[in-house]
Amino acid sequence: MAGEHIIDLNHVSKSFGDKKILDDINLYVRKGEFVTLLGPSGCGKTTTLRLIAGFLAPDEGEILLDGRDISGIPPHKRPFNTVFQRYALFPHLDVYDNIAFGLKLQKVPSDEIDKRVRKVLKMVSMTDYEERDVNSLSGGQQQRVAIARALVNQPKILLLDEPLAALDLKMRKDMQIELKEMHRELGITFIYVTHDQEEALTLSDTIVVMNEGKIQQIGTPTDIYNEPVNSFVADFIGESNILNGTMIRDRRVSFIGHEFECVDEGFGENVPVDVVVRPEDIYFTKKPERAQFTATVNSCTFKGVHYEMYVDTDTGNELMIQDYDAYPVGSTVMLYIDPDDIQVMVKERTCNTIEGKMVDETHVELLGGEFECLPQPGLTGGEEIVAEIAFDKVDLLDHQEDGVLAGEVHFLLYKGDHYHLTILTEDGDHLWVDTDDIWDKGDLVGIDLAKEDIKIRRKHEA
Amino acid sequence: MKRSHWSIPYAVFLAIFVVLPLLLVLVYAVQDGQGHFTLANITRFFSDSDALGTFAVSLEIAIENTLICILLGYPAAWILANKELNRSAVTIVLFILPMWINALMRTLATAELFNMLGFQLGKGTLLFGMVYDYLPFMIYPIYNVLAKMDKSYAEAAQDLGATPWKVFWKVTVPLSMPGVSSGILMVFMPTVSTFAISEFLTNNKIKLFGTIIQENINSSMWNYGAALALIMLVIIGISTMITGDGKEAEEALI
Repeated sequence: MAGEHIIDLNHVSKSFGDKKILDDINLYVRKGEFVTLLGPSGCGKTTTLRLIAGFLAPDEGEILLDGRDISGIPPHKRPFNTVFQRYALFPHLDVYDNIAFGLKLQKVPSDEIDKRVRKVLKMVSMTDYEERDVNSLSGGQQQRVAIARALVNQPKILLLDEPLAALDLKMRKDMQIELKEMHRELGITFIYVTHDQEEALTLSDTIVVMNEGKIQQIGTPTDIYNEPVNSFVADFIGESNILNGTMIRDRRVSFIGHEFECVDEGFGENVPVDVVVRPEDIYFTKKPERAQFTATVNSCTFKGVHYEMYVDTDTGNELMIQDYDAYPVGSTVMLYIDPDDIQVMVKERTCNTIEGKMVDETHVELLGGEFECLPQPGLTGGEEIVAEIAFDKVDLLDHQEDGVLAGEVHFLLYKGDHYHLTILTEDGDHLWVDTDDIWDKGDLVGIDLAKEDIKIRRKHEA
Repeated sequence: MKRSHWSIPYAVFLAIFVVLPLLLVLVYAVQDGQGHFTLANITRFFSDSDALGTFAVSLEIAIENTLICILLGYPAAWILANKELNRSAVTIVLFILPMWINALMRTLATAELFNMLGFQLGKGTLLFGMVYDYLPFMIYPIYNVLAKMDKSYAEAAQDLGATPWKVFWKVTVPLSMPGVSSGILMVFMPTVSTFAISEFLTNNKIKLFGTIIQENINSSMWNYGAALALIMLVIIGISTMITGDGKEAEEALI
């Protein structure tokens, strides 16, 4: 329903220099909705907010307000107000004048300004702070004034750019509740940017998960948590066990060396998939007939409400389990998973597929580096090819200079018995690697490929 | 050796080159030619209509110079600090470059230029020379404050409905006041006491306060000269206090 939408982003892209920050973003926000843009730093969420606010213009695509393109409208004419990450309260004005700033610009009569400022101060529990110098306020109080300053203008949409990031945990929790209440009372649309998944789950009606300039998933908090569409979302939202699996047929999936019943259909037969099981969805049982597999408890940590345990399954996979009961380290336990709790996702890729060029019969250029390959009869230098390299056939070296290519560990997933790494090469290409070695995010690595592991075919071959 | 000992050379330096001369000025100011204590030198100033007149002219010229420097310097600083208008560091250097050349030489050259062009030397040429000499001292602190100003203030103002013009007057200007006050300090104080510029650019037609101090000292009237210098010092001190406690202004220079 287009009439319901207050904001539409259609095919919006934005680059800074060579770097594509947003890549074909499509998104709508309904009137009165609390929408959160969630993702790690550099995912493009703040850029999206700044595009809506009007501080940036999209390179491509359009932004609609109530169905009308607002591209040409400067920020001061847009009926939105922003709560900035570092508050941006005017240091030369006191609390009252900070809040009244927007109203004075609109030439609102001063008795009405007075009434509205006092009302909004009451709403953020800052009555009697009118005369205070903003620099004398604590972070939480400054945050409240920043919210009041935005809300007093009665914007159609309130934009919040990580407004709670600078507050301590206790304060953040309190403010979350207050923001939620404000949203309910005021009924205006909130667009909220955060990297804190818990905050997003607590506050939002709809969460937009973003990574590397692309929207990964849009959905309600429960959708996003229970049915992540890919391993990035599963890993980013909450704790999870992400495992390689095979969809045997409809409602039947195998992973960690066992077959399980599940509720997913339509993947086909014997298709490689990613499987997500939340740690609270793996249950202990005392009845052997109920158990689907056994495991040995490796570690057990008390986390306040529950215990967090790592177990090694009988097939050599590691799983994280959360349970109210503790099981002693070293004990053998019987476990089962409900079909409902197994989330099956299409694998985004099953091997690295890279376009390149033959240098000569035994050398190939890939990702900006030259690799030796097995002799390719019939392929001559300069010919365009596609190379396939299995995830576990990429060699990572400790020193960048030892590899043909240099790269950086960009993202890592633990898959129960190995790590699945995303490597960002010097030229900005991605390479996916399965490895048993332990790497950290941000590690610099050298990349090498053995000649027998590069499978080459002509680019235009069917 | 204790850490505090490291400050000894500086303390000695300050004592010899700052405290001692000031004391000497004070001592000479309250003595007559024979070395007896007197306040006559100071009271003489207040009845010396010549000196009072010169003082008024000096003050007027200094205020005019400072105002012109603000009017020219602020927009220049704003343009320099604006990354969209000024993409290269070269322009900043161009503004600072004249400071590399000795002020006296520049003034002499300016005087020659006016002579060559046949301009009548007078107040106009004097102000031109002063602005030429002191403008960078106004631009630099304002530029410094503007360049370091958090852009989110301007964005917040825009977000709250301010047009670019309003953003400038309601946010940028008030927030850059520390730079302006420090610019005022750096331009106003030296112009009150300058004498070389008026000597060269008006052929001493216009006498400034600095000129009479210099004349008194040159004609061996050290005591009256010292008293005048003391009075100027007090006045500059007071004007500094009026411009603010100086702390914010100092920060603008860093």
